[in-house]
Amino acid sequence: MIYLLCLVLFCVGIYGLLSKRNIIKMIVGLIIAEHAVNLFFILVAYRRNGRAPILAPDVAITQMVDPLPQALVLTAIVIGLATTALLVALAIRIYGKYGTYDIAKIRELRG
Amino acid sequence: MSDPVVLLPCFVAVPLAAAFVNSLLGKRIHWLSDLLGSLTPLILLGLSLLAVQAVRADSVLVYQVGGWKLPIGIAMVMDGLTSFMLVTVNMVTFAIAVYARDYMERYTSKEMFYTLFLLMLAGMNGVIVSGDLFNLFVFLEIAAVASYALVAFGTERHELEAAFKYAVMGTVGSLFILLGIVFLYSVTSTLNMADMGQMLAKQKDTNLILMVSVLFLMGFGLKAALVPFHAWLPDAHPSAPAPISAMLSGVLIKTLGIYALSRIFFNVIGLTPAVSSILMFLGTLSMVVGVLLAIGQRDLKRLLAYSSISQIGYVVLGIGLATPLGILGGLLHLFNHSVFKALLFLNSGALEYATGTRDLEAMGGLRKKMPVTSTTSFVASMSIAGMPPFGGFWSKLLIIMAAVQAGHLGYALWAVIVSVLTLALFARVIKNAFLGNLDDRWQGVREVPAFMQASMMALAFICLVSGTLLIPGIREVFLNQATEIFVKGSDYSILILGNI
Repeated sequence: MIYLLCLVLFCVGIYGLLSKRNIIKMIVGLIIAEHAVNLFFILVAYRRNGRAPILAPDVAITQMVDPLPQALVLTAIVIGLATTALLVALAIRIYGKYGTYDIAKIRELRG
Repeated sequence: MSDPVVLLPCFVAVPLAAAFVNSLLGKRIHWLSDLLGSLTPLILLGLSLLAVQAVRADSVLVYQVGGWKLPIGIAMVMDGLTSFMLVTVNMVTFAIAVYARDYMERYTSKEMFYTLFLLMLAGMNGVIVSGDLFNLFVFLEIAAVASYALVAFGTERHELEAAFKYAVMGTVGSLFILLGIVFLYSVTSTLNMADMGQMLAKQKDTNLILMVSVLFLMGFGLKAALVPFHAWLPDAHPSAPAPISAMLSGVLIKTLGIYALSRIFFNVIGLTPAVSSILMFLGTLSMVVGVLLAIGQRDLKRLLAYSSISQIGYVVLGIGLATPLGILGGLLHLFNHSVFKALLFLNSGALEYATGTRDLEAMGGLRKKMPVTSTTSFVASMSIAGMPPFGGFWSKLLIIMAAVQAGHLGYALWAVIVSVLTLALFARVIKNAFLGNLDDRWQGVREVPAFMQASMMALAFICLVSGTLLIPGIREVFLNQATEIFVKGSDYSILILGNI
């Protein structure tokens, strides 16, 4: 069920990316899709009734959630931050040159 | 050096350190960034030649980062394929870095350029040596983010638009790759590529593997610009400064796309006949569509970008055939294409440097004014069109022979047709740019500076002699070791885990 919600979130992000004409909204769509993947990664590691993976001498290693994906998602978030920062910087420069955020008016190159 | 294993982290650490020093000091000491930018790829080229030697002795080297035992720790792996790719990437990068020394004078903040350039190199080397799936993803993103910034380096209208498009599509591609990695982790609970290969071999759930295959095909297909996912390439490659176009077309799409794709499909997931036929189909489609779109172009760099799509199709077709001969041909074509496409982009940069235009119709008769550029671009054009003495002929011949041998006559026929079309395409380029009468406008044109000439001549020389890589004796050292890794397929994991 909750996996399905993740999928919905991913689709919302991709839909935003594809259908919006404003490049800032496109970037927001991309961020949503990115976080859907991150959330999914955390869910994969979750164990039912699990607890925080803190290793101490008096705790047995049972019922812990998997700590590895949490570390990886942290890395993925940082990568996402770098990409987003670059995209926003590009958007500012595009606005400076074209005077608009509308992607339909920024089409001088054809694929 | 006593133990060759310590070579492995150097491939990432050296360019990263150079980029760091460069960003700190490059602004104040101008000669330093030129020196670092060219010297680092040269050192890495030397190291990768040492690595070829080491692989010949040991076959597989595994470096465990931080001393953690596999499969828990992060691994860096050196095998035949790795050393082959490292030599290709660092050699081409060195030639481009020498070229960039004079070319980039036209832009401001050259030290920033070299910082990003070295970061991109670090990312690519990281992708190649990584033996850990998530680590591969991180390095892939380092190289990709640096390349988005480099495409926008001119910060003019077209550069920015192309970079935005490239960055958005590249990020979506990365998302698919990350999603694929998440699915693989959820079934195998490991990220080490060798360990994962063994786990997946026991796995019965074919639906999930199918889904992961599709995700990886989309993600890496986007990075490699295979045809349904190619829309960003013809914008991004022409908009970047010429050395970066050469880097993107020459090595980046191969490392991030082809290498990563084939490493995962051959050595981790295991190549199924379905995936193999999809690869062959996509390869042929890219081959045909790329060359057809290239024919109508007037802008020289855009024409070269479309032709890159077409040539990548050859590589994918060769590797997708999955027979030893096909893989050998694919890898040799990968090597050849890095050299001649980098050279062609450098030539187009030299033309733009001298005349200020990229429009083929406006040029003409430049042969007398720019003898070095015209000769080297003639060599590169003949090589890409597959004329006999040059390197491109041998690799195309091997791919076509392999396709016939495997019974795919249709694909072989298409490969021949595309080769003929490529010849026609580049005959037009040579005719329009270098032959014919010299326009009065170009009377004052002079040949480009010496460093740019030297790097173009070096690449042209490699174009001429790369056919010799097939001679028995040299082939065993270089190409066969790389081919073996693919042929072994999932046995690769036993090789690595057994080596510790």
